[in-house]
Amino acid sequence: MKDSVFKILSNEKIAKNTYECILEGDISDVKAPGQFVNIKLDGFYLRRPISVCDAEDGKLTIIYKVVGEGTEAMAKAAVGDEWLTLTGLGNGYDTSPSGDYPLLIGGGAGVPPMYMLCKKLIFEGKHPTVILGFNTKDEVFYKEKFTNLGAKVIVATADGSVGVKGFVTNVMPSCEYTYFYTCGPEPMLKAVYEVSVTSGQLSFEERMGCGFGACMGCSCKTKYGNKRICRDGPVLTKEEIIW
Amino acid sequence: MANTKVNLCGITLDNPIIPASGTFGFGYEFAELYDINVLGTFSFKGTTLEPRFGNPTPRIAECASGMLNAVGLQNPGVDKVISEELPKLRRVFNKPVMANVSGFSIHEYVETVRRLDGEGDIGWFEVNISCPNVHGGGMSFGTSPEMAEQVTRAVRKVTDKPIIIKLSPNVTDIVSIAKACEAGGADGVSLINTLLGMRIDIKRRRPIIANKTGGFSGPAIKPVAVRMIYQVYEAVKIPIVGMGGARSAEDVIELMLAGATAVEIGAENLVNPYACRDIIEALPSVMEKYGINNLSEIIGGAH
Ligand SMILES: Cc1cc2nc3c(=O)[nH]c(=O)nc-3n(C[C@H](O)[C@H](O)[C@H](O)COP(=O)(O)OP(=O)(O)OC[C@H]3O[C@@H](n4cnc5c(N)ncnc54)[C@H](O)[C@@H]3O)c2cc1C
Ligand SMILES: Cc1cc2nc3c(=O)[nH]c(=O)nc-3n(C[C@H](O)[C@H](O)[C@H](O)COP(=O)(O)O)c2cc1C
Ligand code: FES
Repeated sequence: MKDSVFKILSNEKIAKNTYECILEGDISDVKAPGQFVNIKLDGFYLRRPISVCDAEDGKLTIIYKVVGEGTEAMAKAAVGDEWLTLTGLGNGYDTSPSGDYPLLIGGGAGVPPMYMLCKKLIFEGKHPTVILGFNTKDEVFYKEKFTNLGAKVIVATADGSVGVKGFVTNVMPSCEYTYFYTCGPEPMLKAVYEVSVTSGQLSFEERMGCGFGACMGCSCKTKYGNKRICRDGPVLTKEEIIW
Repeated sequence: MANTKVNLCGITLDNPIIPASGTFGFGYEFAELYDINVLGTFSFKGTTLEPRFGNPTPRIAECASGMLNAVGLQNPGVDKVISEELPKLRRVFNKPVMANVSGFSIHEYVETVRRLDGEGDIGWFEVNISCPNVHGGGMSFGTSPEMAEQVTRAVRKVTDKPIIIKLSPNVTDIVSIAKACEAGGADGVSLINTLLGMRIDIKRRRPIIANKTGGFSGPAIKPVAVRMIYQVYEAVKIPIVGMGGARSAEDVIELMLAGATAVEIGAENLVNPYACRDIIEALPSVMEKYGINNLSEIIGGAH
C-alpha cells in the first residue's frame, strides 16, 4: 500500500457515461490484477475506490462510470490535474488455478479489472475467453482492446443492440472453460456463480470508509470467517461465498 | 525545543496524539505505512465480551466534511483480542496502549475489563458507554447520569488501571454525565463519540446505511466537540481526552485550549492514513508559530 500523487495524462469518454483515465505515478505497489486504488478528490471527504484496469511503464489506467457527484467530478478533471491515490489495495485475482482455458466475465463497470487479468493470463501462455456484458450498444467499451490482447471475445447486451442478446449467463453455457473470473454488479455475480460449472473467483463491491482494512466498514461473512472486502477481498473464491 | 509531552492519568505521553477507537484497528495496518511508535498511544478497536459481526452493510455513508458509520462494534471478542490481536500489536507497538471496551450490560463491561486487566501493555481503559443497555430498555448507558455512574463504579472494582469513560454527545446535558462518571471513580473522560445521523439515497428513497442511522464524525463535528469539551472542563477535575473532527496540529491545539489533555484523531485516519504522523510532525512548528513552548501548559487555556 502506498499513498502518492498521480497526474492525469488523459481522461476521455469511451462509452456512454464511461471514462478511461490514464495517470502517471508510482505503480510499484500494484501487485495483481483485480486490485484497486482509492482516489482523494477535492471537495469530497471519502476517497473513491476504482479498480486497476492496467498498470505498466509508470502508467495506471482506470475506467469509471459516472454514477454520482464524485465520478462526475472525476469526468471533469483536466489533463495535468493531480489526485492523491492509495495504490496496492485488495488481494486481486490469483491466476495460478486458472488452467489453460479460463473464462473471464465482466459486466459494465466490472469490465476494467478483466483487462489486466486477461493480459496476465495471456502472458502466462493461457487462452482466455472473455464475455463482456452491457445493457446496450452505447455502453460497450474495450472489445477491440481485449481482442488485440489475443483473447476470444463475446459481447452480450441486454437489449440485443450488439452481440448476443441477453446476459453474460446466457453466453456461459456455450463456453468450455477450466476456471472462471468475474467482476460486475452483485446480481450478475450471483447469476454467474449459479451458472458456472467450475471453480472461480468473484470480485465484490462495498461502500468503504478507508479501503485498507482499518475501519470494518466493508465486512462480509464467508465460509472461511469474516472478511473485509477492501483487504481480504475484493476477490473471493466461489467456495467461500455465502450469499 | 518544543515540549509536546503531556501526562494522562499518571502516564506520560510523548505527544497528545491518539488514534481513536474504530479508526485504527489494532494498529498493524498503519504499521505498514509508518512507525506507529511515534504516537502518544492509540485506542484499539472497541472490544466486547463476545465476538460480534456487527451490522449489515452498507455501514458507511459520506457526508459534507464527514461520514456516517454503523459498523456496530465488529470485533473478535475479548478472548481472541487477548490471544490473537494483542500479540500481533506488540510486534509493532511498544508503548502502553488504550483498551477501548464496550458492553450491553454492566456484567459485560466488568467481565471484559477484568479479562483485559492482566495484559501488561494496557495503560488505560477507555470505556465506551454509547451502547444500548439491554437491561435498561435499550437506552444507551451514556444518556443517563445514573447508568453512567453505575458502569463506572462497577469497572472501578475490577481494575487499578486508569479508567477513562467515553461519553456520548447524544444527550441534553453532557456535563451531568461527566460529573456522574467522576463521582463513580473515573480517572478521566473522553469525548465526543459520534453524533447520531442519517443519510437518504434520493434515487432509492431509502436510508443509505442498512442500519438506517449511523454515527456522524469528521471535521464537521469539531465545533460540537469543542463546545462540549469546554463545558465539561469547567465542571470536572479529572483530565479530558478530546476528540471530534480533529485533522491538524491547529485542531489539536484548539481542543486542548478547550480543556483536552490529549486528543484522539478518528475519521481522518481513514481518508489520510498518515494523518497522525503528519500532525505529530507538524506540532513543533505550529507550537512555535503560536508561541507555545510547553504543550501541557495550554490545557484549558481558553477558559
Ligand atoms: C473495489 C471496488 C472497485 C471498483 N471499481 C470500479 C471501476 O473500476 N469502475 C467504476 O466505474 N466503478 C468502480 N467501483 C465503484 C465506484 O467506487 C463507485 O461508482 C464510486 O465510488 C461512486 O462515487 P460517486 O461519488 O460518483 O457516487 P455517490 O453515490 O455520490 O457516492 C457516495 C459515496 O458512496 C460510495 N459509493 C457509491 N457507489 C459505490 C459502489 N458501487 N461501490 C463502492 N462505493 C460506492 C462512494 O465512494 C462515496 O463514498 C468500484 C468499487 C469498489 C468497492
Ligand atoms: C468507522 C468508525 C468506527 C468507530 N468505532 C468506535 C468504537 O469501536 N468504539 C468507540 O468508542 N468509538 C468508535 N468510533 C468513534 C471514534 O472513536 C470517535 O469518537 C469519533 O469518530 C469522533 O472523532 P472524529 O471526528 O475524529 O472521527 C468509531 C468511529 C468511526 C468513524
Ligand atoms: S473499508 Fe475500512 S475496513 Fe474495508
